[in-house]
Amino acid sequence: MKAVHLLAAKPWIWSWLAAAVVWTATVAVTGGAGAFGLTQAALTFAAFSVIVGTGQMFVITLGPGNIDLSVPATMTLAGTVALKLMNVDNGMIAPGLVVALAIGIAVGVGNYGLIKLLRIPPIIATLAMSFIVQSAAIWTNRGLRIKPPSLLAEFTTSSTFAIPNMAIVALLVAVIAWVLLEKSLYGRWILAIGQSMAAARMAGIPVDGTRFATYVLCAVLAALCGYLLACFSGGAALNMGAEYLLMSIAVVVIGGTSVAGGDSNVPGIWGASLFLFLVVSMLNTYGLGAGFRLIMTGLIIIGVIVVASGRRARQP
Amino acid sequence: MNLRLPSETVRLLIPALSLTALLAAVFWLQPRAMSYIGLNLLFNLAVPIALATIAQMLIMAVNNLDLSMGAFVSFVACVAATFLHDTPLLGWLILLAAIAAYAALGVIIHLRDLPSIVVTLGMSFVWTGLAVLLLPAPGGQAPEWARWLMTAKPPLVPMAIVASILIALVGHLIVMRSSFGVLVRGVGGNERSVERAGWSVLAARAGAYGLAGAFAVAAGIALVGLTTSADANIALRYTLLSIAGVILGGGEFVGGRVSPIGAVIGALTLTLAGSFLSFLRISPDWQIGAQGAILVIVLALRLLLNRLENRERRR
Repeated sequence: MKAVHLLAAKPWIWSWLAAAVVWTATVAVTGGAGAFGLTQAALTFAAFSVIVGTGQMFVITLGPGNIDLSVPATMTLAGTVALKLMNVDNGMIAPGLVVALAIGIAVGVGNYGLIKLLRIPPIIATLAMSFIVQSAAIWTNRGLRIKPPSLLAEFTTSSTFAIPNMAIVALLVAVIAWVLLEKSLYGRWILAIGQSMAAARMAGIPVDGTRFATYVLCAVLAALCGYLLACFSGGAALNMGAEYLLMSIAVVVIGGTSVAGGDSNVPGIWGASLFLFLVVSMLNTYGLGAGFRLIMTGLIIIGVIVVASGRRARQP
Repeated sequence: MNLRLPSETVRLLIPALSLTALLAAVFWLQPRAMSYIGLNLLFNLAVPIALATIAQMLIMAVNNLDLSMGAFVSFVACVAATFLHDTPLLGWLILLAAIAAYAALGVIIHLRDLPSIVVTLGMSFVWTGLAVLLLPAPGGQAPEWARWLMTAKPPLVPMAIVASILIALVGHLIVMRSSFGVLVRGVGGNERSVERAGWSVLAARAGAYGLAGAFAVAAGIALVGLTTSADANIALRYTLLSIAGVILGGGEFVGGRVSPIGAVIGALTLTLAGSFLSFLRISPDWQIGAQGAILVIVLALRLLLNRLENRERRR
């Protein structure tokens, strides 16, 4: 009984439960067939949401008003430039990754630079930045569709011990994020800033440095995700990041991270990412079209936030 | 007696100056734009954006943010191109229901104290889903009257300019001159004091959301009037453009400090930024980037002006 109570108190348990329910409902329809394939697909596609969602979670944890809208543009630019640089050459995989991550760092520095220098809310700073980055991506892409190097395409689409490689990468990211958040000084600083920036400043926490590092981290993770996604889908497309703007925020919220900041959790991101993908495939299995899928996704996000806020209201 | 301008006017100064500078640059690059047809072409697409910006501004006036604006305008455009054209009565009923849904959102957000960003994020999926159900592929047809309205040729001043001025005036009257507008801005400024003064914050928030829904409906109809057909993704850019427009026009995210005239000017500036680049013969690839750059420049100017103002005050 005690274990159940302990589990129920964890905010991330709900997204995992929901994912399990939806998984069962889907497999029940197909009569058990395709359960393995469904799990593999869910792990692969959830991986991308996990990588961007983790970055967004760190930013959202910084407190109200902190959000990074430049995620999709960063993904697109990193994917496009990296593929162009690698130019189907297996020997260029590492330089491609370095360039993609460098783009992430540059965007993150730019984001925080705008926030700090112009003293504007993060939402508008990252929005302005995303316009510029997206333009740069359009300019470099020019409708070209360059294939990823064969080794990288192979790596991103295959599995090791029946676990998709992408899921392993995302798991690594999640573990590192968890250690950073729960065990490192930096993680404590983020949580403190999210709970009260004024108090954190009085306590001598380097607020500016921590926020700066967080925005850079988020952009770097977006760039990494863009690099992997471009290789996974056989080329970069200009709209490849588009759905990840809302997705990255949605997985953070559904995962049980407080939108008000100062309280976040990593496992919830995985649960929410799996859940959102499984909902889509469940509705697909039931033969419902894209319209219904979108409506359901929206209603679920609203439902979760209504329930979650009710829970908080009861135990202040 | 002093000669200092009211702060409201000062806040409008930068958006107005940026628009004038940009317009002057466009005229200098392409003198032929300085005509009836030229102006209409330059600002045609600004009309729906201006309406959506006013809608976003109303939400921002109560310290919230609407991330579903683009999806909602797309949905309205789809309704306008299908039901409103074929069965007008049913079409209007659907649009009224959509406005009621917006007001209901305001109520839910207020009652449960929900973060508006997340709720509207969820709604953006819902609106897009409904739009996809209505029009799985681009198509439909604009109602004749909407088409007529958007392509009308009033004497002397082109329709786009007339419409923009009208939108700004109506917005100004509602938000700055009516008691409802004062109440809404009061909620943004200090919710608790409005409540203590005996007003219903719930009604104010619901009203602001409902009115925003009405302006967004107008934006969708205006857009279909221009494009003649619709698509489920037709206006997705409007979410970010409308936020940028409000900020460009001197609005703030919190505190109920908004300006309808500024918001319309902001929308016009963003639209003009694209044309400016094409007159400069810079590749259209950089159009979105230019909007971002203009946003940054204007915000930097505003920071400078605020600093000057503060120094003045301290003296």
